[in-house]
Amino acid sequence: MKRHLLESADLDRSDATLVLDTAAQIEQALAGREVKKLPTLRGRTVVNLFYEDSTRTRISFELAAKRLSADVINFSAKGSSVSKGESLKDTALTLEAMGSDAIVVRHGASGAPHRLANWVRGSVVNAGDGTHEHPTQALLDAYTIRRRLGRLDGVRVVLVGDVLHSRVARSNVWLLHTLGAEVTVVAPPTLLPVGVGSWPVEVGYDLDAVLPKAGVVMMLRVQAERMNASFFPSAREYSRRYGLDARRMAALSDDAIVMHPGPMNRGMEIAAEVADSVRSTIVEQVGNGVSVRMAVLYLLLGGNEPA
Amino acid sequence: MASSTEPARSPSPDSAPSGAPGTLLSAADVARVVDRMAHQLIERAASLAPGADDGGLSDLVLVGIPTRGAPLARRLAARIEAFSGTAVDVGTADITLYRDDLRLRGVRALEPTVLPDAGIDDRLVVLVDDVLFSGRSVRAALDALRDLGRPRGVQLAVLVDRGHRELPIKADFVGKNVPTSRSQQVKVHLTEVDGTDEVLVTEERDKS
Repeated sequence: MKRHLLESADLDRSDATLVLDTAAQIEQALAGREVKKLPTLRGRTVVNLFYEDSTRTRISFELAAKRLSADVINFSAKGSSVSKGESLKDTALTLEAMGSDAIVVRHGASGAPHRLANWVRGSVVNAGDGTHEHPTQALLDAYTIRRRLGRLDGVRVVLVGDVLHSRVARSNVWLLHTLGAEVTVVAPPTLLPVGVGSWPVEVGYDLDAVLPKAGVVMMLRVQAERMNASFFPSAREYSRRYGLDARRMAALSDDAIVMHPGPMNRGMEIAAEVADSVRSTIVEQVGNGVSVRMAVLYLLLGGNEPA
Repeated sequence: MASSTEPARSPSPDSAPSGAPGTLLSAADVARVVDRMAHQLIERAASLAPGADDGGLSDLVLVGIPTRGAPLARRLAARIEAFSGTAVDVGTADITLYRDDLRLRGVRALEPTVLPDAGIDDRLVVLVDDVLFSGRSVRAALDALRDLGRPRGVQLAVLVDRGHRELPIKADFVGKNVPTSRSQQVKVHLTEVDGTDEVLVTEERDKS
């Protein structure tokens, strides 16, 4: 593994498989234990540097670091010197001067973690940057698929919805491709990025046509906060053409699963009865996220000298 | 076992000339040593539970330390069952995440941790490993056990004890004592992992 985890493309097949295998062993080792804590990263400090709001990713990273006995500092831009105008670089150097071994960063600007990685000596983990990547989400999605279906090679994965604004989609496309899955993206033409033709995916516009062959349907959140123009006529029309409801779910094969990275817009891209069905892995994904992030932190930090 | 202090007797593998590079134990020796350790485990369990119908064996859990402690524990359990007719529980405990030398040696892939369904609480755990050297693996295993449950007692069984302890740790069951120099390596090969059974002493300085 490299020193940083900045994007899915950083991971070759053996790296990605190592992360998934490590996560599986950690999950198995901790299952049913009274003491869900390992001493591996004792004395290391992990900083969660969050410039954007987050529930599950921040908590998941915090829990992962704590279960490995690292010290965790949570930093959110709100209420910090960022509001006085301190730059990302100065903030990062300040945190490093205080002895952080790893910085888990979420930032609204695509590429911010890459910049950060050039400034600090410790490891940098991208926890979502703008509309670019969110590699640990892709890893936990891949882990969830492998756990449910037993394999990734040759699995047909359909990503549906707001691909344009989705860092989850980008990370998943590259990682799933690396791991041998066949990816199809389905979205309104206005919500596909210009460069989608160069991605290793098939592109479709008709959800009903691809559902019967899909092993995995991954619904993407409609990211209203990033939409500064009208990408589709109305929420109702979007939902009718690209939302996953009970009727569409019935068209899926028997063992197909439905995923969503959260947070969900129930009734918009996914119907409540689908989100709560047995096919849905949405809650499982959250649980798997902790194991996967423990694996990432262990592999990045375990062998390093402390700062 | 008095063999190491009685140089006069030589036929048993226990007192064969040791320390010199070469094959320390052949496949037949490994099988014999495992058999003897199984008998010792049975005797010790019986002495700790006088009068018990099962000779104290159902209280026993053999926990192998991966990589080669795991198949070794399974073999010991199989031999114990063959000799006594009582099945004993087997598990494995990966200790990588408990090691204190990750920074020196770097991270490595993890191996499974599997405990018997009945757990280890209030039972007699015997840790099983291939080679006892510095004692640091055993220390890590003891830390792991503390998180996994609360055994009534913990004992240690190793196929080879090569000396050079860095911690106050001693094995309860030793297949073979071998005086070695620090520069030497003791390599245990087991069929389940390496395709063959043998124990080698090699003269290698670089320890990757």
